[in-house]
Amino acid sequence: MLRLEDLRVAQGSFSLSAAFEIEKGARIAVIGPSGAGKSTLLGAIGGYVPLDHGRVIVAGDDVTDAAPDQRGIAMLFQDGNLFPHLTLAQNVGLGLRPALRLTADETEKAHVALARVGLAGFEGRTPGDVSGGQQSRAALARVLVQAKPLILLDEPFAALGPALRAEMLDLTSEVARAAGATVMMITHDPQDAERAADQVVFVDAGLAHVPQPVAEIMADPPEALRAYLGF
Amino acid sequence: MKYLMTTAAMLSASAAWAETPVLTVYTYDSFVSDWGPGPAVEAAFEATCDCDLQFVAAGDGAALLARIKLEGARSDADVLLGIDTNLVAAAKETGLFAPHSVTADYTLPIEWNDDTFAPYDWGYFAFVHNADMDAPANFRDLAASDLKIAIQDPRSSTPGLGLLMWVKAAYGDDAAGLWADLSDNVLTVTKGWSESYGLFLEGEADMVLSYTTSPAYHLIAEEDASKAAAAFDEGHYMQVEVAGKLAATDQPELADAFLSFMVTDAFQSIIPTTNWMYPAVTPASGLPDGFETLITPEKALLLSPEDAAAARDEALAEWRDALAQ
Amino acid sequence: MARRARSVTVAALGGPLAAGSVFVLILVALLAVMSRADWPVTFGAADWAVLRFTVWQAVLSALCSVVFAIPVARALARRQFVGRTFLVTLLGAPFILPVIVAVLGILAVFGRAGWVSELLGLFGLPPLSIYGLEGVVLAHVFFNMPLATRLILQGWQAIPSEQYRLAGQLGLPPRTVFQTLEWPMLRQVVPGAAALVFVICLTSFAVALTLGGGPRATTIELAIYQAFRFDFDLGRAAILSLVQLVVAGTAAVLALWILPPLVLQSGLDRPLQRWDARGAPCRVLDAIWIGLAALFLLLPLSAVILSGLIGLFDMPISVWTAAWTSLWVGMLSTGLLILWALPVAAWLGQTKRGGAEAITLLGLAASPLMIGTGWFIMIYPFASPQAFAMPVTAVVNALVALPFAVRILVPGMRQSFTDYSRLNQALGLRGWPLWRIVLLPRIRARLGFAAGLTAAMSVGDLGVVTLFADPDVATLPLQMYRLMGSYRTDAAAGAALLLLVLALGMFWICDYWGRYAET
Repeated sequence: MLRLEDLRVAQGSFSLSAAFEIEKGARIAVIGPSGAGKSTLLGAIGGYVPLDHGRVIVAGDDVTDAAPDQRGIAMLFQDGNLFPHLTLAQNVGLGLRPALRLTADETEKAHVALARVGLAGFEGRTPGDVSGGQQSRAALARVLVQAKPLILLDEPFAALGPALRAEMLDLTSEVARAAGATVMMITHDPQDAERAADQVVFVDAGLAHVPQPVAEIMADPPEALRAYLGF
Repeated sequence: MKYLMTTAAMLSASAAWAETPVLTVYTYDSFVSDWGPGPAVEAAFEATCDCDLQFVAAGDGAALLARIKLEGARSDADVLLGIDTNLVAAAKETGLFAPHSVTADYTLPIEWNDDTFAPYDWGYFAFVHNADMDAPANFRDLAASDLKIAIQDPRSSTPGLGLLMWVKAAYGDDAAGLWADLSDNVLTVTKGWSESYGLFLEGEADMVLSYTTSPAYHLIAEEDASKAAAAFDEGHYMQVEVAGKLAATDQPELADAFLSFMVTDAFQSIIPTTNWMYPAVTPASGLPDGFETLITPEKALLLSPEDAAAARDEALAEWRDALAQ
Repeated sequence: MARRARSVTVAALGGPLAAGSVFVLILVALLAVMSRADWPVTFGAADWAVLRFTVWQAVLSALCSVVFAIPVARALARRQFVGRTFLVTLLGAPFILPVIVAVLGILAVFGRAGWVSELLGLFGLPPLSIYGLEGVVLAHVFFNMPLATRLILQGWQAIPSEQYRLAGQLGLPPRTVFQTLEWPMLRQVVPGAAALVFVICLTSFAVALTLGGGPRATTIELAIYQAFRFDFDLGRAAILSLVQLVVAGTAAVLALWILPPLVLQSGLDRPLQRWDARGAPCRVLDAIWIGLAALFLLLPLSAVILSGLIGLFDMPISVWTAAWTSLWVGMLSTGLLILWALPVAAWLGQTKRGGAEAITLLGLAASPLMIGTGWFIMIYPFASPQAFAMPVTAVVNALVALPFAVRILVPGMRQSFTDYSRLNQALGLRGWPLWRIVLLPRIRARLGFAAGLTAAMSVGDLGVVTLFADPDVATLPLQMYRLMGSYRTDAAAGAALLLLVLALGMFWICDYWGRYAET
C-alpha cells in the first residue's frame, strides 16, 4: 500500500531516513520523542517536505514528484484544517470538489458525511461557531468524503481531552474501515496507539524504524522507546 | 466602456462632418467653460463662417505653450488663443507661428504692433482688498504696512509672473530690495490664482494679487460692492492676452477669418462679463454698467515681449532669494 | 539532487508581470520625456536645497501622521461606541478631498481668520499663523493620519482574538499586552504605513506651496512643474523626476526592508473582544484620542460642508454632468486597480520579505505631470491624445492607487497563505477556485477598503486629465477648478461638497461590501 524506498530528508543539521512498507488497511501509530522527525516523516509522505533521496510509492504509483493532492492521501494537521469563512458543509464539500460547485448529489454526500460524524444540523455553521471537538469531527467528515486510500493524521486531536480524543480516534478508525483506507497517525500516548493502531513506527534520532505490531512492541519495547515511554 | 462608445460616436460624427471645415483653437481652461466666453464665441463665429469651431482646453497660458511645443509642427491647432505678452517671445522663438493680417483700432493704453500675435483682451494686475480697508497707495506703503498679501508662484501661474514683471518694470534694479521689504507681507504663495483668491475670500489674506477688473465681477454678477482694487502710484502692469495663427495650419483662411472676427464687436462684447477683462477694442455699445466704477491706473506698465523674456530669469532669482529668507 | 516539494504558487507569473508593468509605464514615460530633452542638464545648489526641504517635510509629515495614528488606531480597535462605523468611514474622507478644498477647510479652522484664531481672539490672544513648515506638516497630517490610522487599525484587527483571550486569561496588564502582542504587530505595519505617507508627501506640491508660505517651501514636484511649464526644459524635468523616484524608491526599500520576517499565527474568526484595557484610565485615554482625532478631522470637513451647502443650489447643470463622468472614471479605475493589485498582492504575499513591495510605491513617486507628458509624447504621433484621455486617466489613477491597495492587501494575503497553504495543497485548491474559495473571502474586508480608496481617489483626482482634456468631457474636480477660476466661489464650494459626497459614497459602498463579511 505505502512503500518508502530509501527515503531521506535533510533540513539543516537534522536528517531523517525511512525505508519500510505498509499493508493496505493497516493502522499505524507513529511514536517518538519531540523533534525526532515524526511530522517531517508525514510531511515527506504527504508531499509538503522536499526529499533529498528516495521514493514514495502509494498504492503502486510512484508519487515522489506528485502534488500533495495527487498522491491518494488525505491529511489532517495540528490546526488550520478548516476555512473559518466557509460553513462546515462547504468545508466538507471541498473534499469532493475543490472548485466547490457541488451537484445536488454531492451536497447530499457532504451532509451525510456530517451526519455520520454526528454533526447533523450543523451544516450551515462556521468553524468559529462550534466547539473544538465539533471542528475535528467536521475535518474527519471531509476525510470521509475524500475517500483516499491513505489517511495521515499529524495530531489533529492533540488539543482535545482524553475522552474526546479517544472518541475521535474510534471515529477515525471507523471512517478508515468504511473506506478501506490505511491510516498513519502521530501520537504521544501509548494508550492511543494501543486503542487505534495495529502497528507502531518508532521514530528516533533521525530514523523511522520498520513497523512492528503494537502488542509486540509494547510488551518488549526497545531501549530508546523504553526511555521515551518512561518504563 | 461608455467612453469607448462615446469616442466611436465622436469619430463617426466627425467623419460625417468631413465636408464642413474644422477650425481648432487651443485655449485655456476657463475660456471654454460654460460661464466663460467660449460657448458664446463659438456660436457667434459659426454663424458667420459655415465651419465648425472647436476649442481645445489645455490648462492655463504656460501649459498651452508647452502643449504647442510638445506637438510641434504636427499640431492639430490652427489658432492659439490665450497666452500673454510675457510668453510671446518664447512662442515666437518656436517658429511655429505665422504672421497675422489683423488690423483694428485697439483701445489698449499702449501701442500694439506685433505682427505675429493679435490682442483680444487686456487688464491691469492689481491687489484686490475689501472696500472698507485703507489700501496702500504703492508698493513701498504696502511693504511698510503689516498687511498680509496672497500672491501666486510665477513658476506656475500667469498673474504670478505678471507681478514679477510689475515690480521689475516699476523698480528696475531696485526690484530685489523691494522684494526683501515685501517678504514679511507675503502671507503665502500659491500654485494658481484660484487658491490665492480663495484665501482672500476666506479672510486669510488682506489683499490678493488679481486684476483691477475683479471687483466688477462681484459688483455685476453678485451685486456685491464690497471688493475694491488698490491703485498704486507706480503704475500698474498690464496683461495683454493674445492669439496667433499656427504656421502649419491646414485652414489658413479660416484661421485668418477667426483672428479678424476676434476684434469685431461680436467677439469683443462677449469678453467683459465672461472673461472679466477689458476688450481689446471697445465695442460700439461701450463697456457694461459697473465697469465705470473700476480704478483706472494713471500709468500703464508693460515690458515688451523681448524685455520681458530677457528680465524673466533674473527677476525670478531675485524673487526667490528675497522670499526664501 | 534535492527535490522541491510542490508548493501552490499563485500569480507566479501574473504578479511579477503586473508589478513590472508599473515599472514599464513609468520608464516609458521617462524615456519619452528624455528623448525630447536638450542636454546637458545642470543640477545646482538651489536644487539641493529643494531636495533637502522636500525630504525634511516629508519625513516630519510621515512621523507626525504615524505617531498620531497609533493611539487613535489602538483606541478604535478596542472600543465600541455609537458612531464608530461612521468615524471609521470618515477616515477615508480627507485623503480624497481635492487639495484646494481641504486646504481651505483646514484654514477655516486653523487659519488667521479661522475658528481657533477667533476663539483665541476672545481671550485677547493673537491669531494662529500656520504658514511655514508647521502648516505644511499640519495639512499633511490631516490628509494622511486617517489613512495611517486605517492601516494600523487593520493590523490591530489582524491580531487573532485567541491571543487577546490568552492575554485576558493571564490577566496581563496593558503594558505587557503591548509588548507581547501589539509591538510585534506595530513593527510589521508602521514602517510600511510611514513609507507610504512619506512618499505621498514627497510628491506633494500644492499643499507645500500654499501653506509653506513662499519659495522656501519648494518641493521637487514644483521644480518639475517649473521645468515643464515655465522653462520647458524637458531634460531638467526628466532628471528631477528621476531624483524624486530615486529618493522615494530608496525610502520605500529602506522602510520595507526593516520589516521583520513575518511570523503569523492563525485564529478563528471570532469577534474581537478585549480583556485588557478595561480600567477607567484606559477608557478615558482612548476617549481623548478618539475625540481629538474626530475633532481634527470633522472640523475642517464641516467647514467644507457648510460653505458647500450655500453653493449647492448655485451649481450649473454641467457640474452634474461632470459628476457623472467622474463616477464612471472612478469605477473604471477601480476595476483596473483590482485586476492589477490582486496578482501583485498575491505574489508579494508569498515572498518572505517585503522589499519587492517598493516597486509599486514608484507609481506614487512618479510625477503625474511627467507620466502625463511622457505618454502624451508617446501617443501623439499615432492618435489624438484626447481619444485616450479617459483610459489614460483611469490607468494613471489606478497606478497611483496601486501602492495603497498593495499595502492594504499584502498582509491579508500573507496571512491567508501562512494559515492555509498546506490545506490548499492537501485539497488541491489552485487557480481560480483558490481565489474564489479561499483568497478573496479571506481578504474581502481589505479588498473593499482598497477598492473604496481607489474609487474615491479617482473621483477626487484632477490628475493628468488636464493635459489630455476634452472640453466636452470634464471631470468633477476639473469643473470645480473652472468654477473657481471664474470667480464662482459659491458654486465651486457646492461642487466640492458634491465631490466629497460622491467620493465618500463610493468609498462607503466598497468598504461596506468588504466589512459586511466580518459580521
